[in-house]
Amino acid sequence: MTDRHRIALTVNGRPCEAEVESRRLLVDFLREDLGLKGAHIGCEHGVCGTCTVLMNGESIRSCITFAVQANGSSILTVEGLSGDGRLHPLQEAFWDHQALQCGYCTPGMLLRAYEFLQENPRPTPDQVRAAIASNLCRCTGYQFIVEAVLDAARRLETAGAGRGQEPAAPRA
Amino acid sequence: MKPPPFVYHAPTTVAEAVTLLDETGEEGQVLAGGQSLIPLMNFRLARPGHLVDVTSIRDLDYVRREDGRLRIGAATRQAAVERDPAAAEQAPLLVEALGFVGHEPIRHRGTVVGSLAHADPAAEIPAVALAMDAELTAVGARGERRLAASELFTGPFSTSLEPGELLTEAQFTAWPPGSGHAFLEFARRHGDFAVAGAAVLLHLDGGVVDRAAIALCGVAGTPVRATEAERRLLGERPTPAVVEAAAEAATAGLTPVSDVHGSSAYRRQVARAYVRRALALAAERAQGGTR
Repeated sequence: MTDRHRIALTVNGRPCEAEVESRRLLVDFLREDLGLKGAHIGCEHGVCGTCTVLMNGESIRSCITFAVQANGSSILTVEGLSGDGRLHPLQEAFWDHQALQCGYCTPGMLLRAYEFLQENPRPTPDQVRAAIASNLCRCTGYQFIVEAVLDAARRLETAGAGRGQEPAAPRA
Repeated sequence: MKPPPFVYHAPTTVAEAVTLLDETGEEGQVLAGGQSLIPLMNFRLARPGHLVDVTSIRDLDYVRREDGRLRIGAATRQAAVERDPAAAEQAPLLVEALGFVGHEPIRHRGTVVGSLAHADPAAEIPAVALAMDAELTAVGARGERRLAASELFTGPFSTSLEPGELLTEAQFTAWPPGSGHAFLEFARRHGDFAVAGAAVLLHLDGGVVDRAAIALCGVAGTPVRATEAERRLLGERPTPAVVEAAAEAATAGLTPVSDVHGSSAYRRQVARAYVRRALALAAERAQGGTR
């Protein structure tokens, strides 16, 4: 018995159509069928968070979501964070603060932090800790990740402010 | 591991879902948020032959305020209830408890009604439903029926739902002004299931308790309503001594399981402390005039 379904979704801004077996996990669809290896498989039962991707802007565990359930949705993976050969400010902050060691949790951590900073652009350290509690890291002890997210918040604010000011306050 | 093969169905109406569940019989299983079911399938502890995805039924995705009741459909995600202003007003106990359900990514997928049907004895939402005397609607091939939350939970992960029956809605009746709520739990890690948790509602009239509801999770095979402790609170001012006595009454008869997270006696002790704290917080909120 092989039950297959056609799905149409958007992945990192690109429309995508595929036929998937109903039991295909979203993380396997992304990794194996689309070659997007950024979403990692850790615990495979929804605990560790390394498979985190955004579905319609909301963080989800792609290891406990079937690909068929993603039909019609918009998915963002870590590959979609950077653009034009440039890292996202959050990724730069992770680099600068050495917020990764083995890097296995990093894609999930980045996407969770990305979502969180959109909801809360000026978080406190405690709020960052609570937000990333959904994602496990066994290397860093979290301190550098928290520092990187806080720094990324400042970078994004500066970048956002700069963009916002351009039309209103042109340089004299 | 990977889940075993199954046939996926995405009905768009309740009638279609019920027909599918009826036709697939023992092989059929409702899929809602899947945040408990899919891990079980990945472990191959669950092997349903057919999954009927109720989140594809648009008509079941709602949070409605109606005649002092909060109505939540079976397709509604926990995160949607958490940020719903009507939910915060009508059922602040539920909204507070939702903050303890897994983490945000889990609540983006998980549903309130699915958590009730899953009936994990350590889960938060079933305890809230019990404390609030939630009314549930179940639809099966033979029609629709109403049942109380107290009639739903029959054992660990077991409910009184008939084979093929679909839980379509949960209704939570708001408590009147002058009420206070509190949900508190102890877990080893943020987002874990509770070692023990307490869901409490109090209504005070002139500083005296005239209505009380206490439910616990994590301390038995089902969520537990502490009716004896509730009775003892009636007619009393919620002083520390009264609250302590109620917490003792709420937990005295419990025999929670011993496991890696703690012994039976330890769990009972934790439950007692959390009932006490929840009662004190609910009383404070009731007196503060905030709900």
